Amino acid sequence: MPHGHHHDHDHTEPPSDLELRVKALESLLVEKGLVKPETLNSIIETYEHKVGPRNGAHVVAKAWTDPEFKQALMNDATEAVASLGYCGRQGEHLVVVENTNDTHNLVVCTLCSCYPWTVLGLPPAWYKSAPYRSRAVSDPRAVLKEFGTELGEKSTIRTWDSTSEMRYLVLPQRPAGTENWSEQDLQKLVSRNAMIGVELARSPKQKDEDGK
Amino acid sequence: MKGGHDLGGQLEMGPINPEPEAQEPVFHADWERRVFALTLATGMLGKWNIDESRHARERQDPLTYVQNSYYENWLEGLETLLLEKGLVDAEELVLATNISSQTKKLLSVPNPTLATKILASGVPSAMESDSEPLYYIGDSVLVKASETAGHTRVPKYAQGATGAVVAQLGCHNFPDSNAQGIHEGKFLYRVSFSGVDLWSHSSTQTEVLIDLWEPYLGAAAN
Repeated sequence: MPHGHHHDHDHTEPPSDLELRVKALESLLVEKGLVKPETLNSIIETYEHKVGPRNGAHVVAKAWTDPEFKQALMNDATEAVASLGYCGRQGEHLVVVENTNDTHNLVVCTLCSCYPWTVLGLPPAWYKSAPYRSRAVSDPRAVLKEFGTELGEKSTIRTWDSTSEMRYLVLPQRPAGTENWSEQDLQKLVSRNAMIGVELARSPKQKDEDGK
Repeated sequence: MKGGHDLGGQLEMGPINPEPEAQEPVFHADWERRVFALTLATGMLGKWNIDESRHARERQDPLTYVQNSYYENWLEGLETLLLEKGLVDAEELVLATNISSQTKKLLSVPNPTLATKILASGVPSAMESDSEPLYYIGDSVLVKASETAGHTRVPKYAQGATGAVVAQLGCHNFPDSNAQGIHEGKFLYRVSFSGVDLWSHSSTQTEVLIDLWEPYLGAAAN
């Protein structure tokens, strides 16, 4: 392996060493003219503040309230989501999978951390962790329990392993008791975790409790 | 290739312990922000593709891969690529001496406007093809044992298992070749596996869907 420079490197080192190592690399790349500092800042700004799970909540709430949009979304999610202005990196081939009374969907990437950035932003730490990546395929029911999600025994769990450039977004079931809700209010019930499939959409009661 | 990254079905990885959604920041430390941005920004120089960058992370010692935090693996991968592609040399990287700025003349280095445009357009993997797919919806397919020592996207846990084609996804850039810098399209299929066919301890009520390229598959014996 040609990258032997770090094999004597201690990976239990305190974070400050890691910080220094990254700072040194950044200075080197800037000095060599390979990156522009303002470009780095703009990339961070995009994924820390602009692209995130509110995009996905918008998509889901619209699908709950607009049958035509939902149809378009199920036919070609990439195009339907682009019509709301969400497109680009890690959303080039988007697929929406719908939860029903007897099927629950769960998304994972066992090989790395593939995730639909355009609608959910960057993945949470647990999504990229070995425990989730190992067991989402082999024991999804136990994984859901760790998130406090209990499904009826009758439900089939479908786990989607993101091995290609297809990116999967779960369309959760619309919670009961929200018949007259506006799209805007419904968005507040759509958590990021529900769109990965480890949780269900919040019920109106849960939302009130969370708000306290 | 079997590395520390091929985690599906691995045992004893411990509890997930998710951070509550409302409390989790996008980045947990400033260095993570910088590693993320450096990876994306240098990727825009066009010297490597997504599979080469995955492969650079996967080639680490398997134990190190699992013990490292996520962005530590990105940092390792980035340093490997920068060295292998000749954008930096080991002396510059380790000692920060003799820094040469020669490379920059040959490369287009994106400003924020161009970077935003690149991110918003993405890199679709779909490709044209003038041939016909080998498998159709409903076909039973066997996942072959992977023989490659390089990068591949067929998880170990699926190899040797039989599943059913549930969708033809068209022709897509083949990762095993792409990781070697060869842009080549192969047919991609969505294959469904019953949990009990993959894991002896699984309940019958589980199904795993995996996107698999044609070279990973063979016809299942009837």
